[in-house]
Amino acid sequence: MNKPIRRVAIACLVLFVALLVNANVVQFADAKNYRDKPGNVRTLYAQYDHKRGDIVTSTGSVVASSVQTDDALKYLRTYADALPYAPITGFYSIVYGATNIEQEENSILAGTDDRLFARQLTNLITGRTPQGGSVILTIDPTLQKIAYDQLAGRKGAVVAVDPSTGAILALVTSPSYDPNLLSSHDEAAIKSEWAKLTTDPNNPMLDRALDQTYPPGSTFKLVTAAAALTSGQYNPQSTIPAPTVLPYPNSTKSLKNFAGETCGDGKTTTLIDALTISCNTAFGKLGETLGQDALRKQAEAFGFNSPFNVPMKSATSVFPSNLDDAETIQSAIGQFDVRSTPLQMAMIGACIANGGTLMKPYIVKQLVGPNLAIIDTTKPTVVRQAISAQVAAQLTQMMESVVDHGTGTTAQLPGVKVAGKTGTAENAVGKPPHAWFVSFAPATQPKIAVAVVVENGGGVNDATGAKVAAPIAKAVMAQALKEQP
Amino acid sequence: MTAATPSASTTTATGLVRAMKPRRPRTRRGVELAMLVFAVLIALAAYADVGLTRKHHVPPDTLTYGLGLGALLLVAHLAVRRFASYADPLLLPCCALLNGIGLVLIHRLDLAAPKADRSDATLQLAWSAIGIVAFIAVLVVVRDHRRLQRYTYTAMLVGLVLLAIPSILPARFSEVNGARNWIKFAGFSIQPGEFGKILLVIFVAGFLVAKRDALALASHRFLGVDLPRGRDLGPVLLAWLVSIGLLVRGRDLGMSLLFFGFFIVMLYIATERLSWLLIGLLLFCGGTFVAYHLFAHVRERFEIWLHPFSDPQHSGYQLIQGLFGFSSGGMLGTGLGNGRPDLVPFAKSDFIVAAIGEELGLTGLMAILLVYVIIVTRGLRASLSVRDSFGKLLAAGLSVCLAVQVFVVVGGVMRLIPLTGITTPFLSYGGSSLVSNWALIALLLRISDSARRPAPPPTPRADDAMTQVISR
Repeated sequence: MNKPIRRVAIACLVLFVALLVNANVVQFADAKNYRDKPGNVRTLYAQYDHKRGDIVTSTGSVVASSVQTDDALKYLRTYADALPYAPITGFYSIVYGATNIEQEENSILAGTDDRLFARQLTNLITGRTPQGGSVILTIDPTLQKIAYDQLAGRKGAVVAVDPSTGAILALVTSPSYDPNLLSSHDEAAIKSEWAKLTTDPNNPMLDRALDQTYPPGSTFKLVTAAAALTSGQYNPQSTIPAPTVLPYPNSTKSLKNFAGETCGDGKTTTLIDALTISCNTAFGKLGETLGQDALRKQAEAFGFNSPFNVPMKSATSVFPSNLDDAETIQSAIGQFDVRSTPLQMAMIGACIANGGTLMKPYIVKQLVGPNLAIIDTTKPTVVRQAISAQVAAQLTQMMESVVDHGTGTTAQLPGVKVAGKTGTAENAVGKPPHAWFVSFAPATQPKIAVAVVVENGGGVNDATGAKVAAPIAKAVMAQALKEQP
Repeated sequence: MTAATPSASTTTATGLVRAMKPRRPRTRRGVELAMLVFAVLIALAAYADVGLTRKHHVPPDTLTYGLGLGALLLVAHLAVRRFASYADPLLLPCCALLNGIGLVLIHRLDLAAPKADRSDATLQLAWSAIGIVAFIAVLVVVRDHRRLQRYTYTAMLVGLVLLAIPSILPARFSEVNGARNWIKFAGFSIQPGEFGKILLVIFVAGFLVAKRDALALASHRFLGVDLPRGRDLGPVLLAWLVSIGLLVRGRDLGMSLLFFGFFIVMLYIATERLSWLLIGLLLFCGGTFVAYHLFAHVRERFEIWLHPFSDPQHSGYQLIQGLFGFSSGGMLGTGLGNGRPDLVPFAKSDFIVAAIGEELGLTGLMAILLVYVIIVTRGLRASLSVRDSFGKLLAAGLSVCLAVQVFVVVGGVMRLIPLTGITTPFLSYGGSSLVSNWALIALLLRISDSARRPAPPPTPRADDAMTQVISR
């Protein structure tokens, strides 16, 4: 009987070999396939199984943190002061994934980053559950709050930047949404909130500061002026043509000034005066003279036609190409197809304030490990010298003039020189224009640069940048200077 | 040439002397004891690890449990020393290791339960103790496995009754999760099939020893295959009917497969005829085919196996959750206490291998499977070396029983074959399975003891003895 027993032994071994091979297939070869299957809650549970790191402002106030729960997902992501910070933190949803800092810095927050490797190794050995590191933002919570409150629910955005570093001090969009409602553990509630937010005509999940472009209107005259000064043909006192009506070449239409006003004597004006009173015809003519290539070159030096990564990737601000003369005239005053994000305009202000050096805007100041060891500190980086220091000084002088006795007097601060430029951008027939203000202060030794846009002037019919946007910028700058005079 | 002859003859002579005066084979009990200590230490390390991970400290009762489990196994070891001193030294440690790891995993799953008021691990530990008692009882009562042959038909009767009871009982006394293979009584439930399987192996071994000549020799050739006589097919058909009955009435696909598997293998060993294997396979395939078309629950099992993701939230849920568990374990596993094996329904019983795969990884799972390989090969080794046919058949049947059971459950959980509800020997939560498998191992030890025990010295022939003067 031994021969069949031996054969049976072999058959048994074959059964076990089949099991072993199959185990390798399931646990190794096909493992990733199973892990990525929709409905595999393990992957989800693994993410929620340990404490995710905090997102903290520059003063240490926590805006996103994980709290322990007693349901299946062990930690719940909660956002303190959720609405003002929504465009920065983003959300962390079991249904819709993560966005913004939650997504950009996920590896640090989740604790899976290679820079946490040494710690992961000790966790592996000690069997302790890993913890996420924290992200410290450059955001100043007071400025963030003031800017959000100043918008008061109107559609618009505020971006405040430290000109010397590019650190973003405030990044506000309005209206906003509550990421807590998308980060709960209740799938049905999340989905219904999502449906509500995505069908809201005010589009509260749109980050207007980074992801929305607007016609910049007269604030773009800063770029045209920079191009003129850079050409070497002009200085602030240069006399430039300023007709009351500027006919478009090869067209019956013409460009007029705001409310049909005349600039200077109706024939010429100086460059500084043209900017001070925001003379459309003077800048239109100037743009035509400089040509579209000079304008585009200057715009691109400031950052147009490429996105910023803060680390969230911004929308690309556009200076169009292949313009005819009429389009060049319109583009020179920030109309036609010129589009800018509020961040881009803030960076133009910051660049002028920083002696012409454009810094890379950033929102993450530091990454900190779970043991509070600093993993990484963002070093300010120069993007390029967009204009010479001399041109920057000339532009500053012109912008001071705007606030001192021009269109931007509403941004004056007691005892501090403010440099600014208003913008009132037409966008659609029959709708109030977008109100813009780009500024920095103190003009002599700038601490903060701010760009404000209020869509359609917040619904006010005679809205201008001066009336609607400048007071917001003023409030933010006043607070910033109060903190560090 | 001439010089070589004496030396050669000397060698032969020495060899002859050795053959005539065999050294007593070593009992190997020391090896068994050392391996048992090793097995207990592994289980204790695992228990401490679970405590460290889940509660961040080594459980204070580690030593108590260690001593308890150690004492239990020491008693088993002493019983082997006393009653089966030549028994295989690896069977007991291997089973102890599996039992210990099973306890740790059940304890670990207890901790994951939302309300940890009930400790299945404690209950399982009690069952382990009962299992060891059964193990010792079998060693003590069955002093010679050949005596079991006397109870061939008794074993059949009791075995069939045990198998049949749940199918006959009303569903409320016998149905658990759709399979009617339980007896539920006063808050207490046992799976009689687990005991029935041992009795039926005993019966089949006894039956085949009696009938093997008829089954093996009487035949007619057909298409180059020796076919058995029609009347000899009777018992085979009976076994087939029993397994089909289990499948249909009890919805117990696993036990049906197991039963038919060991029956056909034992038939093949007894007759050394491949034709029996072919007939068995054909019958099984035919039966399965018919059952597939006639019975919805069989069809559903196949559907889940082939397309588990077509209904991931309901019918395919358990299998898919198990597969997710295995895949999340990967090569090295999440580590004890770090995974989510509790997401798999019935993780403590049918799906305990999924918990192993998840937390101990592919490495741990393969190690566990190899422990089963050792047990099965050791059992078959005993079958090969034991001298009597009944012992051979019994040992082979019991070993194959274990092998098929592991294959059916692990293959089912890992989607190699359709999933069937059956326990993983020694690992799964469940008293019946644990106790019956300890009894099964005791039988294998008994057979291996008799296989390795040196033959008693030949009794001197009567006429060689000196004539004794008997004084009255």
